[in-house]
Amino acid sequence: MKALAKEPLNLVITGVGGQGNVLISLLISEALVREDYLVVIGETYGVSQRNGSVISHVRISKETQCSPFVPNRHADIILGMEPAETLRMLGQFGNPDVITIVNPRPIYPIDVTGGEAEYPDLGELIETINELSAKTYVINAVEEAQKLGNLILANVILIGALIGADILPLDRKSLEPVLKQRFPKEFEANMIAFNKGMELVGW
Amino acid sequence: MTTIDIDALGTSQLLMGNEAIARGALEAGVAFGAAYPGTPSSEIMGSLITVAKQMGIYAQWSVNEKVALEASAGASFAGIRAITSMKQNGLNVVSDFLSTLVITGTGRGGLVLITCDDPSAISSSNEEDTRPIAKWFGIPLLEPGNFQEAKDMTRWLFDLSEKLGSICMLRSVTRISHARGCVRLGKLPRRKHKAYFEQVHDIWNAAPSKFITEPSVKRHVSQYLRLDKAREKFESSPFNWYVGPDRADLLIVTCGSCWLHSQEAVRMLKLEDKVGILKLGTLWPIPEKFIEKHLGKSKRVLVVEEIDPFLERSIMELVANLPFGSLHPLFYGKRSGHISACGEQNPDTVLKAITSIMDLTYQPREIKYTRKAEQAAKDIPNRAATLCPGCPHRATFWSIKNALRLDGRNGFVTGDIGCYYLTTGSTGFFQTRTMQCMGGGIGLANGLGRLGQFGFNQPVLAVCGDSTFFHAAIPALINGVYNQSNFILAILDNNATAMTGFQPHPGTGITAMGEPTKIISMEALCRSLGARVEVCDPFNLKDTTATLLSMIEDEDGGAKVVIMRRECELVRARREKRLPYKVYVDFDKCIGEACGCNRLCTRVFHCPGLIWDREAGKPKIDEVICAGCGVCADICPQGAIIRERADS
Repeated sequence: MKALAKEPLNLVITGVGGQGNVLISLLISEALVREDYLVVIGETYGVSQRNGSVISHVRISKETQCSPFVPNRHADIILGMEPAETLRMLGQFGNPDVITIVNPRPIYPIDVTGGEAEYPDLGELIETINELSAKTYVINAVEEAQKLGNLILANVILIGALIGADILPLDRKSLEPVLKQRFPKEFEANMIAFNKGMELVGW
Repeated sequence: MTTIDIDALGTSQLLMGNEAIARGALEAGVAFGAAYPGTPSSEIMGSLITVAKQMGIYAQWSVNEKVALEASAGASFAGIRAITSMKQNGLNVVSDFLSTLVITGTGRGGLVLITCDDPSAISSSNEEDTRPIAKWFGIPLLEPGNFQEAKDMTRWLFDLSEKLGSICMLRSVTRISHARGCVRLGKLPRRKHKAYFEQVHDIWNAAPSKFITEPSVKRHVSQYLRLDKAREKFESSPFNWYVGPDRADLLIVTCGSCWLHSQEAVRMLKLEDKVGILKLGTLWPIPEKFIEKHLGKSKRVLVVEEIDPFLERSIMELVANLPFGSLHPLFYGKRSGHISACGEQNPDTVLKAITSIMDLTYQPREIKYTRKAEQAAKDIPNRAATLCPGCPHRATFWSIKNALRLDGRNGFVTGDIGCYYLTTGSTGFFQTRTMQCMGGGIGLANGLGRLGQFGFNQPVLAVCGDSTFFHAAIPALINGVYNQSNFILAILDNNATAMTGFQPHPGTGITAMGEPTKIISMEALCRSLGARVEVCDPFNLKDTTATLLSMIEDEDGGAKVVIMRRECELVRARREKRLPYKVYVDFDKCIGEACGCNRLCTRVFHCPGLIWDREAGKPKIDEVICAGCGVCADICPQGAIIRERADS
C-alpha cells in the first residue's frame, strides 16, 4: 500500500453544478476507505447544483476524523473541472506546494454570456493557475471524452489523471473495484477513460 | 455504493450523515417513517424508503411535516417505533401538534424527530436554530459531533423515548447531514412488529385516555419529571466528553460539527496541552453537574456553536445558579464577538477566535503567495446559480414577464421557495418580488388582491410548485376564493419535488415506496372550488402568454389558477438519456449586434446553454450544456436559432 504523503492530505474538487464533482469525490473516497483511510467529505449542496460553483473537500487521514472543511491555504491537491473555478479555489486554498489538475474547458457564467461580466482570457488563466501551483496538469478531459464518444466519461478521465499524478495513496488497482461496482454495465468504457487519464499525465 | 441495510456488523463504511441517521434508526428497529423532503434532511427518509421493502418496514413522503409527525405519533401510540425528519423550517410547521404531543407523551413505540439545520442558509431561506425550540417545548435533545454519533445517537434515542414516554429530538446541521465520513456498523435487528392501540383508562391522571391533553396542568408536571429523568441520564452520557489538560489556558465548549472544527483548530495551532475541549452531545436538558465539573479547568471559556448562542446562554444560566463565591470564568463566544452570530463555523473561524483570545499570531502560508493568489482570484466573475438548461420554469417566467408587460399595470410575482427562488434574479427576469416560506406567496396574494378599495390595481401572480401546492397552498387558495381576493395562482407543475431530489407527491400517482396510487388532480381540485382554471404547456410560449394575459385582464375578479405543466428537465433527461432537439445558431440568419434585439437570447433569456461567440459577434449553442428543449428558437426575432428533431 502506498503511504500518505501528508497527514492529513487535503483534496479540493471544484466545478460547476451539474458537472459531477460530487461523484468524483465519492469514487475517490470509496477507494480510500477500502484501504482503511479515515475519509471525510464536505460538499456544497443546494442551489449551487443549479449551475453555481460546487466544491467538494476530501480530507484523508490515518489518524483522525477531520472537519469537513479544508482550512484556508491547506489544499494539497486541487482538481478543477472548470478553469475559472480552479483559480477561485487557488485564491482560497492554494499554497506554494499545491498540485493542480485542471480541465481547461470553460463554462460561462450567465453574467458573462449576458455581457455584464468578462471571462478571463483562457491562456492567461491557465498561466496564472500554473504560477500559483507547484505543478500543474492541464487535462483536456472534455475533448478526450468526445473522442471516446461519450461526454460523461470526462469525469473518469480526470480521475485517471488524478491517480496517475501519484499524489494520492491510490493506484489503478484501488480504483478498479470501485468503478466496477459503480458502473457494472459500462465498466469497460470507464476503464478505457480511466487509462486515458493516466496516460495524459505520462503513464 | 453502500446501502444502509448492509448486514456487515463491525465494518467501517463511508456514509453521508443523513444515511448514518437512517442506519441508526434501522439498527434501533424502526418500523415506520414519514417525512416531507427538505434540504439538508431529505436523504434520511430517502434512504429508509430505498430499503423499506427489504426490511419489512413502512415509509412515506407525506404532504407536509405536520402530517408526517402526526402519522409517526400514530404509529408510536400503537407501539411501533417511528421516525420523522425535516429541515429547520419543518419544525415551525409541526409546532402546533408538537407542543401538545409533549404534554400527552408518546406511546409504547419510541418516537424520534430529526431536524437538520442549515447554518449559512446554503439551501434555505433562513438560518434558523431549532435547539431553542427543544428547550421551549421541553424535548430531550441530542446533537451528533461526527458521523458515528449520528448513527449511535439516533439508535439510542429510540430507547430513551420509550423509557421516558417522550418524543426525543436529534439536531443535525448541513456539515454533518450532507458530509460523509466513516461509520462502524452495528447489528441490524430482524424483529416482527405488532401494532395495537390500547384503549385504556389513564387511572393516574383520572382521564379516559393517556393520549388526550387533559388534565393539561397535571400532564405538564409529568413532562417536567420526564425532563428531570433525561437530565439524570445525560449526566453520564458517553456522548459528552473532555479532551485536554487538567488545567487549561482556555476551555472550548462545543457541540455538533463545531467539535470537528474546534479539534482541528487546536491541532493546527499545536495547543493540545494548553487548550481543552468539552464536547457536548446532550444539549437539552444540559448535563449541569458534568459541565460544572469541567468549567473549573480554566478561567477562560470559549463557546463554539452555530447560529444561536444556545449553549452559551444555557451555561451562563448554570453559572448564575452556582453558590455565592463560586468560580466564575470569563466567557467568550457570540456575545463577545469572537464567534460570529450568523453564518456557519469552520476550522479557520475557530482558529481566529483562539488566537485572538490567547493573543497568538497565525499565518497559514507565505504572505506574498496569499496576496498574489487572492489578487488573481478577485477578478473571476461571480457564478450565479441559474435555472437549469431546459428548465420549464425559464419558459414560464418568460411568458409571465411578457404577459405582465403587455398588461402594463406593473404586475408582479409573489414567490415561493424551491427552484423558483432563482427567479428573483436574472434567470427569472427579476419577476419574483417576494419570497418567504412554503405557501407564503399565495398567502401574500390574498392580502394584496383585496386592496382594490385602496386604489391598488396591479396584477398579482402568486407562484408555487406542485409539491408546495399540496403542502401549503390549498388553504390559502380556498381563502382567496371564499374572500374573493383578486389574484392568479400559477402552479409550476414539473411532476416532482425537484429541488430536494425529485421525490413523488400526491399529483404523481406513485407512492414513496413505488406503489401506484390515485393521482390527485390539481385542476379538478381547484375547479371544485369554483375557481377559473387553465392548463398550459410552458414550452408553448405564444399560447401561455395569451392565456396569462386573458386571465390578468379577466373582468371577473377572484382567485384563478393556471397550471404550468411540463416535466422537470433533470427527470426527463435521466429517463430518456437523449435530447429532444438538436439546436444550433444559423450564422447566416443571425445578424448579431446589428439586429436591434440587444442580444435577447444571451443577455435576457439567459439560458446557460446559449453562449456568446466574441469573434463572430453572434451567439452559439454550447453543446456540452444545451438540453435541447428548443424554446430559444421561439424567442429569436430573426428565426436564427434552429431546432431540429433529434431523431430526424
